[in-house]
Amino acid sequence: MRKVYSKIEEISGNVIAVTAEGVRYGELAVVHSSHGDSLAEVIQLSYDKVSLQVFSGGRGVSTGDEVRFLGHPMQVSFSENLLGRIFDGGGRPRDNGPTLEENLIEIGGPSVNPSKRIIPRNMVRTGIPMIDVFNSLVESQKLPIFSVSGEPYNQLLARIAMQAEVDMIILGGIGLKYDDYLFFRDTLEEGGALSRTIFFVHTASDPIVESLLVPDISLAVAERFALQGKKVLVLLTDMTNFADSMKEIAITQEQVPSNRGYPGDLYSQLASRYEKAVDFEGAGSITILGVTTMPGDDVTHPVPDNTGYITEGQYYLRNGRIEPFGSLSRLKQQVNDKTRKDHRAVMDGMIRLYAEYRESLEKKSMGFRMSEWDNKLLKYGYLFERDMMDLSVNIPLEQALDRGWSILSDCFEPDETGLRTELCKEFWPTRGGEDAKATA
Amino acid sequence: MTHATGKVVGVNGNLVAVEFEGQVSLNEVGYVLLGDKRLKSEIIRVRGARAEMQVFELTRGIGIGDTVEFSSELLAVELGPGLLGKVYDGLQNPLPELAEQAGFFLERGVYLNALSRETVWSFTPSVKAGDTVTRGDSIGSVPEGIFEHRIMVPFHFGGSYTVDSVVEAGEFSVTDTVATLKDEKGNQHELTMVFEWPVKRAIDIYAERLKPADPMVTKVRIIDTFIPVSLGGTYCIPGPFGAGKTVLQQITSRNAEVDIVIVAACGERAGEVVETLKEFPELIDPKTGRTLMERTVIICNTSSMPVASREASVYTAVTIAEYYRQMGLNVLLLADSTSRWAQAMREMSGRLEEIPGEEAFPAYLESVIAGFYERAGKVRLKDGTIGSITIGGTVSPAGGNFEEPVTQATLKVVGAFHGLSRERSDARKYPSIHPLESWSKYPTIVHPRKAEYARELLFRGNEVGQMMKVVGEEGTSTEDFVEHMKSEFLDAVYLQQNAFDPVDAAVSTERQVHVFDILFDLMACKLKLETKEEVRHYFNALRQRFLDYNSAEWDSEEFKKLENEIRGMIDEKRGEYETAAQELLEEINA
Repeated sequence: MRKVYSKIEEISGNVIAVTAEGVRYGELAVVHSSHGDSLAEVIQLSYDKVSLQVFSGGRGVSTGDEVRFLGHPMQVSFSENLLGRIFDGGGRPRDNGPTLEENLIEIGGPSVNPSKRIIPRNMVRTGIPMIDVFNSLVESQKLPIFSVSGEPYNQLLARIAMQAEVDMIILGGIGLKYDDYLFFRDTLEEGGALSRTIFFVHTASDPIVESLLVPDISLAVAERFALQGKKVLVLLTDMTNFADSMKEIAITQEQVPSNRGYPGDLYSQLASRYEKAVDFEGAGSITILGVTTMPGDDVTHPVPDNTGYITEGQYYLRNGRIEPFGSLSRLKQQVNDKTRKDHRAVMDGMIRLYAEYRESLEKKSMGFRMSEWDNKLLKYGYLFERDMMDLSVNIPLEQALDRGWSILSDCFEPDETGLRTELCKEFWPTRGGEDAKATA
Repeated sequence: MTHATGKVVGVNGNLVAVEFEGQVSLNEVGYVLLGDKRLKSEIIRVRGARAEMQVFELTRGIGIGDTVEFSSELLAVELGPGLLGKVYDGLQNPLPELAEQAGFFLERGVYLNALSRETVWSFTPSVKAGDTVTRGDSIGSVPEGIFEHRIMVPFHFGGSYTVDSVVEAGEFSVTDTVATLKDEKGNQHELTMVFEWPVKRAIDIYAERLKPADPMVTKVRIIDTFIPVSLGGTYCIPGPFGAGKTVLQQITSRNAEVDIVIVAACGERAGEVVETLKEFPELIDPKTGRTLMERTVIICNTSSMPVASREASVYTAVTIAEYYRQMGLNVLLLADSTSRWAQAMREMSGRLEEIPGEEAFPAYLESVIAGFYERAGKVRLKDGTIGSITIGGTVSPAGGNFEEPVTQATLKVVGAFHGLSRERSDARKYPSIHPLESWSKYPTIVHPRKAEYARELLFRGNEVGQMMKVVGEEGTSTEDFVEHMKSEFLDAVYLQQNAFDPVDAAVSTERQVHVFDILFDLMACKLKLETKEEVRHYFNALRQRFLDYNSAEWDSEEFKKLENEIRGMIDEKRGEYETAAQELLEEINA
């Protein structure tokens, strides 16, 4: 029987302090107050003074409330029963299902030994040409979507979740708007993907400390499933909220801020989550897709900036489309030579021409005269944006490549594209043949 | 001597406070006992009977009253034969061996021998009984790959010693005694092939430090020709994310003309280390015919591994570099990224509640960075051989802004600055080193005056380019336009390099000098071209030809054929020399 402490000596923000003995760093406790029970985690020990971070917040905690230490760190139940279920940031059911208590595992475990990692080699197909063709997603990759608020990033995540060829999906919602949470739930349910999905959702109105647990819980569960051989896709939205929660808590704990108020260990904190993405040799894998909203569309803001240094590329979502410039999948070279032999050439060629289109567009807006070549590019740009970039386009990679050739042939002669002659010979559509098939 | 012991009295993140009895020293290693695990830590502050220690592992589960054992030793690395080809974490724990024992994850509290105790080495003595030796002197050697690994008198042996006995040539493991020394007081000391050295102390056993004057060839044209690095020099590569810092480091680690490469992957992505890890054992070094792994040591403390050992990892790396320098070898240390190392210091400084400097970095940031880079250098050893350490560190400035403290502190102490630019990487111009903003204080491999001339041309060409954005092509004179096209041409065929092309990826000194002379010839003379259309056409054709030329094997038929065509094209339009070039050539020939 563990001792119960009934004198809380300090309450400051979400952190309380009690005098206690035999407590270990990182241990959990239950704070029993008149508003109900809340978990709390030991975040500092100094002699017999124990500081705890209360998950449901310090608000309403009284000096006379009871604190009972549990003797173990934060845990989450792990079993097949998690599938199809919805939990909050603290791991409690948010649906009407039962609380799960079997097979508890610790969260925030050690990192993978780099010498046990393998070079990623499998593409994750999503049916979105701007991803599959131009910046392929690779199994075990960690990739954020950089976006300003208001862009349909959650819609994009939901679509990738629905279409990606993975065994299961774990959705970690951090500071998610309630509407967005319902949107995810309904979309996955309609698409029949709910039974292979686990939700850990912290909504914007939930206590802020719980938002910090979401990535750790999601990834701890993902790690166990991956070790059992499952290909797991973890979606984290929105990691900027995660960083902001850290900032808020660090400031109330009087830590010295480093950059725009964020704590000095922001990079390490983000990295220890993103680096959980891994391909286990002889077992499954974890792929992480996150959302990082950029305050003021500023990529040099500490959160997207630190994220960019950690992740293996990024997708820029702008004006409802995945922007080809700035978007980058660092791992695409590992897979896009094994798909179809025209993949790399189409990828490079189409982007180069699209860049030229942007230049022509700029010239046009400045009132310069358009040459014949400019007009060709303008037509190309229009078709490219409509038939490739638009997020509603939903076709497999091969069809997307065919469509690429079809767009090229609609606008240019083969030798104007800069593509190698032998590829043009093989793939250049003959009128009415490939063309009709591609746009069908 | 008895070791001090203590009890934990506070835990805050990876900082543990300990009340101790006995004597402790700063940077001494201690172990927090947690169940059957011993968690390695280092003392970073002492106040009265209370020491603060950074723990190199996750601190979860540590409680008040847990026992701490001190070791009386500073944080040290094992030095001896068998370091080459190894993959270590920041504390010199061998990762592949750790994986065999602990599986997929890095289990805390497991520390293995850095050097295998089983491997036998064939030792040949070079001293005999009665010889006098001091620290750092060779007592024999073992072959390690292509190198003759000197077995030296341990560096902490002060004073002079007489060799009492030494074994016959034969097979020994690193812990076997190979010699016995007698000090001035007559005490016996048994020597094995392995000893330890504290990582935060520079090894300074040499006759003198020399000026770094010989080039360290990286086979990257823009570096070797325009912003060179010397053996024993230092350079830094700052750049925003996605500009290609790590790729540039990887290319350098493959191609650099040095004996040994030490890669310190410090707080960066694990995936990138894995590429090096899996590819190097397969890649053959054309110079030696052995795999690249045999000249490489990887110190790998990636971003999700404990922060305190990230701080230690660069010191571990530089100490191993210094050890091999003592054998008269040229060592290149690549640290990626020093910003993560600085951030590790910032985290500890914050926990110690020190008064923060700029952007919350500790006030001693500059001196620590300077201290690290100063461990580079070319030295003449006591026996007259020359060895060097070249240090290249990447910097990851927040927001890609070079004004931040780590970049600025680094720029003060390095000899060359290779600034990467987002603009160039977005335009797919690789390597994305900015040719105008970067600088170097080391000598180039081509004629320095010619390199200067080319750089001036790049400046002028850039100016014309800026002007053209405002006034358009129509408002630019043909002369200026030619200038601009020349600089663009130089950029396209010389500054940019295709890392995926087997030939273009690594260009030897000989070829760089040869090709640069052809280019200089073009840059030096006026061209007989009338219209801008003609100019554009000429340079486009020349560029296409030159890119093919860059991909042609050195001295092959194809190479010669293309070179003749190129020379023909230049001669066809050759006018008289530009005035500046004329003066330069006269000066060179005089």
